[in-house]
Amino acid sequence: MKMLINVAETVVADALRGMAAAHPELTVDVENRVIVRRDAPVADKVGLVSGGGSGHEPLHGGFVGRGMLSAACPGEVFTSPVPDQMVRAAAAVDSGQGVLFIVKNYTGDVMNFDMAAELAEDEGIQVAKVLVNDDVAVTDSLYTAGRRGTGATLFVEKLAGAAAEEGMPLERVEAIARQVNENSRSFGVALSACSTPAKGSPTFDLPAGQLELGIGIHGEPGRERRAMMTSGEIAEFAVDAILDDMRPNNPVLLLVNGMGATPLLELYGFHAEVTRVLAARDIAVARVLVGNYVTSLDMAGASVTLCQIDEELLRLWDAPVRTPALRWGI
Amino acid sequence: MLDAEFFRRWMTATAAAVDREATRLTELDSPIGDADHGSNLRRGFTAVATVLEKEAPGTPGAVLVLAGRQLISTVGGASGPLYGTLLRRTGKELGDAPEVSAEQLAAALRAGVEAVTKLGGAVPGDKTMVDALDPAVAALATSFSAAARAAAAGAEATVPLIARKGRASYLGERSIGHQDPGATSSALLIAALAEAAGEDGAGA
Repeated sequence: MKMLINVAETVVADALRGMAAAHPELTVDVENRVIVRRDAPVADKVGLVSGGGSGHEPLHGGFVGRGMLSAACPGEVFTSPVPDQMVRAAAAVDSGQGVLFIVKNYTGDVMNFDMAAELAEDEGIQVAKVLVNDDVAVTDSLYTAGRRGTGATLFVEKLAGAAAEEGMPLERVEAIARQVNENSRSFGVALSACSTPAKGSPTFDLPAGQLELGIGIHGEPGRERRAMMTSGEIAEFAVDAILDDMRPNNPVLLLVNGMGATPLLELYGFHAEVTRVLAARDIAVARVLVGNYVTSLDMAGASVTLCQIDEELLRLWDAPVRTPALRWGI
Repeated sequence: MLDAEFFRRWMTATAAAVDREATRLTELDSPIGDADHGSNLRRGFTAVATVLEKEAPGTPGAVLVLAGRQLISTVGGASGPLYGTLLRRTGKELGDAPEVSAEQLAAALRAGVEAVTKLGGAVPGDKTMVDALDPAVAALATSFSAAARAAAAGAEATVPLIARKGRASYLGERSIGHQDPGATSSALLIAALAEAAGEDGAGA
């Protein structure tokens, strides 16, 4: 597999150098792997820190900026960052109002953020944590590490970020983040596996003419493999998998997310099908985002995320945001 | 009796084994994980070997505590906290004695494995590193080489199991038929212990 890299060992550092060069509004510490809003700490504002393995760009570094994250900690590809990074980030963004850790529910992420929270509290920083676990493909939570954090991470970061920007206290920002996660569900499909720089070849074998249903965002296979389906059939499968788990009574935010290697031409066609299915199921869509936001390197495929909202969450969604990957109202 | 130099040899031998087997560990991590176990552990144990050479801690406990802290700071993922906790807790159990007996090491390693179990929530049979470490600790009463053989056998015995923890657990029954990468690297760690003791590690 050809890749536009120098060597596998420096992929993350090289990307961070590029982020630094492209975004002077961010402070990018390449050596310590922390991306921080340049104006942090913002006086009287709760800090929001997230992070996770690299390979999901623009998540999380692309969501650092006004109205969203205060800082992001990128790990190695598909590997959670280490506690030292989160502690450094927390110290950089804490204005005295405390810091919220937004953690995707993966064994490694949870352990490292837990260790970081203890260390940060030792340094006198008040820390709250919210787990994101929106992936309905994981049905057997008793015998697994639990539902994975996927597309809803974007909703949690945006809506909690807007709440923090409005000056809400830590407990309120945390409650909103929790509410967003509890009201969000995702389902993803892959048409091809992805290739990590360390391995250099696809992480699993997906024969031509087949697709993988219920994938995560780490190149791990899903729970079921079927003969290739049309965009319309995939939309019905994904939406119904979500609605089987959560039946929204209110309008929803809709994220139609590309996994990295699916062209926008296909993604918009898929979005048309998702919209058709949602209308047929009487689900009202309040706001829409279509694009590559929570990716899995060069995996082809897409995920659908629904977030049931109320008036406050809709206001927070519409609030101004200025980050490399999400920007409106400013 | 085992001194700090013995524990440095153990860590150096582990670093060499992980470096040698990194590709295999990553291959094992591909079908049921995310294809990075070898590269992550190599980064971590290389850093451990470097810091031990630089700081040269003087007691067995200090060697393992420093090694564990270094793993937590460099590996990431679940492996960093788990292996880091294993070595740190084992090191703390050894206290600041300049030399320890094989029996003391066995008891300390038992405490280390219990800390891993507590942190990760895995029990034997969940297709994790515990499946190699648990039998190894039990066999340590016999000899280092017996522990190495028990760990290797434990790793191989993960092949037919269904993963209940970590990223492989999302696959459910599709995780059957693959050897667990974490159990495999744990077997390397115990084989390196036998190697440091001058006993045949019996491979992994």
